[in-house]
Amino acid sequence: MLKYLVRRISATLVVLTLISMSVFLIFDVLPMDPARLTCGKACSPAVVEANRHRLGLDVPVQVQYGRWVKGLFVGRTYGEGQAEFTCPAPAFGYSFNRHECVTDLLKRAFPVTLSLAIGAFFLWLFVGVSLGIVAARFKNRWPDRASNVFVLVGTSLPTFISGILILLFVALKFGFVNPIDLGKWVSPFENPLGWINTFIFPWITLALAYAATYTRFTRSNVIETSSEDYIRTARAKGLSEKVILRKHTLRAALAPIVTLAGLDFAGLLGGAIITEGIFNLPGLGRLSIRAVLNDYDLPIIVATTMLAATFLVVMNLLVDILYAYIDPRVRVA
Amino acid sequence: MADNAVLEVEDSAQDFAQRTPKQIAWKRFRRNKVGVASAWVAIFFIMAAVLAPIIVRLLGLSNTLTYPETLNEYAMPIGKFGGISLDHPLGVEPGTGRDVLSLLLYGSRISYTVAVITSVSTIGLGMLIGVSTGYFRGRVDAIVGRFSDFLLSFPGTFMIIALSLPLVQRVEAMGIAKDNAARIVVLVTFFVFFGWPGFARLIRSQAMSMRERDFVMAAQAMGASSWRIITKELLPNLWPTAIVFLSLSLPGFLSAEAVFSFLGVGVQAPASTFGLVLSDAIGYWRDDPAYLLIPSTMLVTIVLSLNLLGDAIRDALDPKGSR
Repeated sequence: MLKYLVRRISATLVVLTLISMSVFLIFDVLPMDPARLTCGKACSPAVVEANRHRLGLDVPVQVQYGRWVKGLFVGRTYGEGQAEFTCPAPAFGYSFNRHECVTDLLKRAFPVTLSLAIGAFFLWLFVGVSLGIVAARFKNRWPDRASNVFVLVGTSLPTFISGILILLFVALKFGFVNPIDLGKWVSPFENPLGWINTFIFPWITLALAYAATYTRFTRSNVIETSSEDYIRTARAKGLSEKVILRKHTLRAALAPIVTLAGLDFAGLLGGAIITEGIFNLPGLGRLSIRAVLNDYDLPIIVATTMLAATFLVVMNLLVDILYAYIDPRVRVA
Repeated sequence: MADNAVLEVEDSAQDFAQRTPKQIAWKRFRRNKVGVASAWVAIFFIMAAVLAPIIVRLLGLSNTLTYPETLNEYAMPIGKFGGISLDHPLGVEPGTGRDVLSLLLYGSRISYTVAVITSVSTIGLGMLIGVSTGYFRGRVDAIVGRFSDFLLSFPGTFMIIALSLPLVQRVEAMGIAKDNAARIVVLVTFFVFFGWPGFARLIRSQAMSMRERDFVMAAQAMGASSWRIITKELLPNLWPTAIVFLSLSLPGFLSAEAVFSFLGVGVQAPASTFGLVLSDAIGYWRDDPAYLLIPSTMLVTIVLSLNLLGDAIRDALDPKGSR
């Protein structure tokens, strides 16, 4: 087991290093010039060059990458003399457009995205799995057909449409949310009700799309497992349907959902761009899309991209390790 | 479904005897009422998009002309439901007074083009890579496998958003395409680039298991070339997978295109894809909700019908029958 862990963790580190290198390379070969974008149209070449130096873009890409990695571990100092200042480790860079260390921006945005992801996650997991189980138990009867309609609507309704409709025609129309407070960050520890009020509609929006997939997945898994021999054996030895479902069917049928749920959750942690955009939530997704569309703030873009990749890769690792415990058939070699 | 199964058993003796798998699938598809209905709906919308210039001209409309007489002094459509009238069946656009029906018909041409090119290229590339790695295995398979793992852990959406702007500029600078054509080229390339690993993986696993089956071994024993085995033995058995994937990825890429236009990194005005119209319509939601609801209903109807059609095709091609 230890050997397996070491191998998987080192593979994960390699992947992360490769991803960070390719992100740097990709942005380096692009025709986009972040230094040029730091000042307006009427900008003298001297100012552009000075800014290029301040941004640390006047050195070869491998040096830039080295500085970036070093900054992650020991922090990074910008400017010279009087204007010198330091972003403490882990430093993801400095946004010259916002005059802030990227790490501070990320620290502020992450709780928002985390709140969004956690609430939506539990909502869709609960709705999706229970609907899927009900649909499988009552296969081809009305509960199954009703849940099938839900699945079809959920999978065919793009998040940006359901989000707009929920925001405009439910939340704002009936006054559940004050337009001025829309997307205002409320800490769950200071004001739990306000927190729920901020996030309830984004949760519903996100959960709607995911729950449909989970319903379909759970249903087919439960049906497939129900036709296994050991379920027939359990029935033959006189166990009640309830016990068979709880102890025999669901245990096997729900294991694959761990993988799906883990990866979906990790994907959301990187930022739910559409939902955050529609509900004006100041999370990672909105941070990154604004950085792209407003001023092409490269340090922010690199940081959010890397963060999203890290969540995915690390969660992939966690899911695999967890799976080795859940499913006895997975023998770690 | 229970009575269906009985039916199938009854007529399988006469009807299904001496039929090719294609004919059997077709027969099963025609029996699926939801599938047939959604096929007609999908055909209706696709034909409307293909024939958009003719339809718009027949109605005496234009997608570029404005109709200022339909707007009041606040530049909002006159009349109920976004200015729906005999002249403008889906109303007019607030602000400019363009005809919404023509806008959506012309806009959906772009959306369909993106979805079709993307799906077909994803499948082509995924098929090529999946079959060759699954059949030949070896070092290439290992390298391609690592690379696709790497791509799958890459945050694709982020990369598309972050890279589309500079790449569009590069495509324009290289003189490949201009404006929206350049944006479409970039978007499609991205979708395919991040989309093929999933499908290639599916095909690879099927090709790998098929490689060990008797009919392939028989062909190898008779001295058939790898090319012949792939084209004559493997591909005919893989096309159902490709068809199902195609029918389910079309609506997926259709909404993906809408999402990116909506976010402002896809096609731009004066084009009028669903995403663009919707992001424009948000600003008018209180005064002109029809302008928001009509395009969303249209997009959801198209995606829903394509999804249902995909499900029906999968059921028809699934040898295990009704589930």
